[in-house]
Amino acid sequence: MKPAPFKYYAPTTAEEALAHLAEHGYDAKVLAGGQSLIPTMNFRLAQPSVLVDLNHVSELFYIKPGGDGGVLVGAMTRESQVEHDPLIAERAPLVFEAMPHIAHPQIRNRGTFGGCIAHADPAAELPAVSVALDARLRIRSQAGERWVSADEFFVGFFTTVIEPDELLVEIALPPMAPRSGCSFQEVARRHGDYALVGAAASVALDHQGRCQRVRLVFLSVGEGPVEAGRAADLLQGQFPTPEAIRAAAETAASADVDPGSDIHASADYRRHLVKILARQSLTQAFDRAKGIGG
Amino acid sequence: MDNLMNVTVTVNGTPYERAVEPRLLLSDFLRHELGLTGTHVGCEHGVCGTCTILFDGQAVRSCLMFAIQADGHEVLTVEGLGSVDKLHPLQQAFRDAHALQCAFCTPGFLMTLVPFLEEKPNPTEEEIREAIAGNLCRCTGYQNIVEAVKLAAERMGA
Ligand SMILES: Cc1cc2nc3c(=O)[nH]c(=O)nc-3n(C[C@H](O)[C@H](O)[C@H](O)COP(=O)(O)OP(=O)(O)OC[C@H]3O[C@@H](n4cnc5c(N)ncnc54)[C@H](O)[C@@H]3O)c2cc1C
Ligand code: FES
Ligand code: FES
Repeated sequence: MKPAPFKYYAPTTAEEALAHLAEHGYDAKVLAGGQSLIPTMNFRLAQPSVLVDLNHVSELFYIKPGGDGGVLVGAMTRESQVEHDPLIAERAPLVFEAMPHIAHPQIRNRGTFGGCIAHADPAAELPAVSVALDARLRIRSQAGERWVSADEFFVGFFTTVIEPDELLVEIALPPMAPRSGCSFQEVARRHGDYALVGAAASVALDHQGRCQRVRLVFLSVGEGPVEAGRAADLLQGQFPTPEAIRAAAETAASADVDPGSDIHASADYRRHLVKILARQSLTQAFDRAKGIGG
Repeated sequence: MDNLMNVTVTVNGTPYERAVEPRLLLSDFLRHELGLTGTHVGCEHGVCGTCTILFDGQAVRSCLMFAIQADGHEVLTVEGLGSVDKLHPLQQAFRDAHALQCAFCTPGFLMTLVPFLEEKPNPTEEEIREAIAGNLCRCTGYQNIVEAVKLAAERMGA
């Protein structure tokens, strides 16, 4: 239960960190909050020979307004800081609502916003939230930088498009459109546990009150964030009546997800939760889009 | 052993300097290098909470940090909280409310709850239960821990 030896670097700029990554490639790992990486090193599931610690790279710690009315979050911003940030509360309410569900306060004091996304745990909240919001991720290497949309970023079980010589440096959360609303719901055995199932909904209505945009994304039911595309298609252009929402929730459970069984929950139970959480999160998101309720 | 790195860290107000391997966990540094065995180690993967310490005033898992990451920082462990003659009010409340049996979990609960009570001097029962959700206790059933926090909040507010 102790990590294997490694060489440790603590760069103070992103440029310097990228140089270490370029030199060491697959032998190196980036250390952000360490709340997922260090447990796997303690178990020796991960044995990187080089660790590049980002905790001194001050340029990666920030929350600031985006020019488009959204929010820009530096990858190293602590989860606990995002959780209490007024700009996040105002401009990215879905993120704000999801934060307290992530682990425990002691973990959030170290864990980072970017680390949680880069880790791509299928049971993690922020990957699903970032897909539901159409967040954009800025990825940097020595050669330059590229922007990737959240739905292209996650490619499978604990896997993203980030190459070994690249860093996730920034997450751009887009502004809330007019007549839009969102909701985050999850079921966990105890507060702070990984969710058995979670749902992130983000919707917008047109002038007549019909569904203009529906994103419904689940966590803990697949290899990464799972988008309920068929459920969304059913609602598109329709009035979000309770019947329409119920039909969409049933479609999400029967056609959009294919959850597995594990020691925490059976596939059937997860499917059941998908239906319930889909209905609850869509109902709340549409109510908020209509300006009803908090 | 090559690959040793220097770490200078203030623990409970006292500065220490040691040369350590980068892979040494902060929890092991406190226990083995400094002899501060009040910080307990249960799981070493962040789940049990018994290794919780204050790092620059914030509760963190010392098993999920490397000692070298504490270089230049301040750590508070349970040893720095109170003394045998003069317990911290939270420690006194734990004692009075029977909030410990084997006490393996107690240092982690205390170090979690000290910043919590600073932030929320009058917590509700629900807030208390949420605050301790990341700390496991196999003995008490948590009931008396919740009682102790209420008692401490009452006394500290008085
Ligand atoms: C007991 C416990 C319970 C938890 N419960 C939850 C939960 O309910 N929900 C949840 O979402 N999470 C949970 N977590 C995980 C926690 O949120 C982690 O902090 C998070 O998943 C990883 O963030 P980190 O900053 O600690 O990353 P690290 O552990 O430092 O890194 C994780 C991985 O991402 C890579 N990485 C990190 N940052 C970057 C970057 N900027 N660019 C490129 N690669 C990078 C690392 O190399 C590593 O492979 C839990 C953790 C613990 C210990
Ligand atoms: S030993 Fe650190 S959380 Fe269990
Ligand atoms: S008192 Fe024994 S584990 Fe809590």
